Amino acid sequence: MRNLYLQLLLTFMKIGAFTFGGGWAMISIIEREIVDHHKWIEKDEFLDLLAIAQAMPGILAVNISVVIGDRLRGVKGSLAAAFGTILPSFVIILAIAIFLTPDTIKNNEVLTRIFKGIRPAVVALIIAPVITTARAAKINWKTIIIPVAVAVLIYSGLPVVSNPILYIILGATGGYIYYTHVTLKQRKEGEQ
Amino acid sequence: MSIYLKLIWAYLKIGLFGFGGGYAMLSLVQNEVVKNGWITNQMFTDIVAISQMTPGPIGINSATYIGYVSTGSVLGSIIATIVVVLPPFLLTLYASHYISRHSDSTIIKGAFMGLRPVVVGLIASAALLLMNKENFGSASSDQIISIIICAASFCVVFFTKVHPIIVIILAGTAGYFIF
Repeated sequence: MRNLYLQLLLTFMKIGAFTFGGGWAMISIIEREIVDHHKWIEKDEFLDLLAIAQAMPGILAVNISVVIGDRLRGVKGSLAAAFGTILPSFVIILAIAIFLTPDTIKNNEVLTRIFKGIRPAVVALIIAPVITTARAAKINWKTIIIPVAVAVLIYSGLPVVSNPILYIILGATGGYIYYTHVTLKQRKEGEQ
Repeated sequence: MSIYLKLIWAYLKIGLFGFGGGYAMLSLVQNEVVKNGWITNQMFTDIVAISQMTPGPIGINSATYIGYVSTGSVLGSIIATIVVVLPPFLLTLYASHYISRHSDSTIIKGAFMGLRPVVVGLIASAALLLMNKENFGSASSDQIISIIICAASFCVVFFTKVHPIIVIILAGTAGYFIF
């Protein structure tokens, strides 16, 4: 196609419109489109860009579209790609927000019953990744105190300590200090 | 402070500290949005369900929905959606230009070493906060059915490769016939 900006916008719009669930579900489809189909970026470079996108806060699918757009056409390219990723879900959810208000659910007997069944299932959908991420993070009997304390303190609703941002800051700085003072030193001693 | 300014402040924080993916971000949304009373716990759960059944990342979906509901305007929806991606957008651009691929890996490796166990706790707190009467009902008969639906859904999601959308559809169908 003629215009790469337009092509970026349309490609990411397609990805945004047809991928259910964000994150890793989207990454594999982005890789297929960008690396295999359009051949805009080599696989190695895609993995490098993915590493940057992952290290930044925010929504992974948006971040990866930003780095790819930027790599291909600079800041304007990243705007086109990010806009494409965001637009489909924005339009769909806005339509739902306008037409399916909490009152619509409350005043409709069928919807009320359906949502009563759905809500406990949603809780299950959030419990499952607790276990899978705990496994991926290699949580053991020594480190389990961290997630347990974080969860209990946030759940407590107490002022200050129930703010998740506190643990994100503590975790990142604590991890950095531990990594530079303990892990790297142990590795050096191991080499000697 | 006007609701729009509060919305911007809340979503700036959610975007800036949103590490660990959509589910971990939920605990930030709970803290910034549900605690403020802009939406109820029940609405929040419904948004998560709707997000699972519609395309796109949950972070975008919840910002769009909550932006609309809390202000009653499309503008609120646009603002929340833009603001939640703005800090990560700028940081990601900065990182891709100025941080060479491997030079700062000590900072990133170290930070993520500490973030990983925290993320587990964040997701767990989101799940804990949603186990309430709004989602499981107040009558004990409702609660028992809800717990069974929750346990069954968990087993399906955890032990099989069935897509979450199917689980939600099945749970909704069960709800329709049981309640």
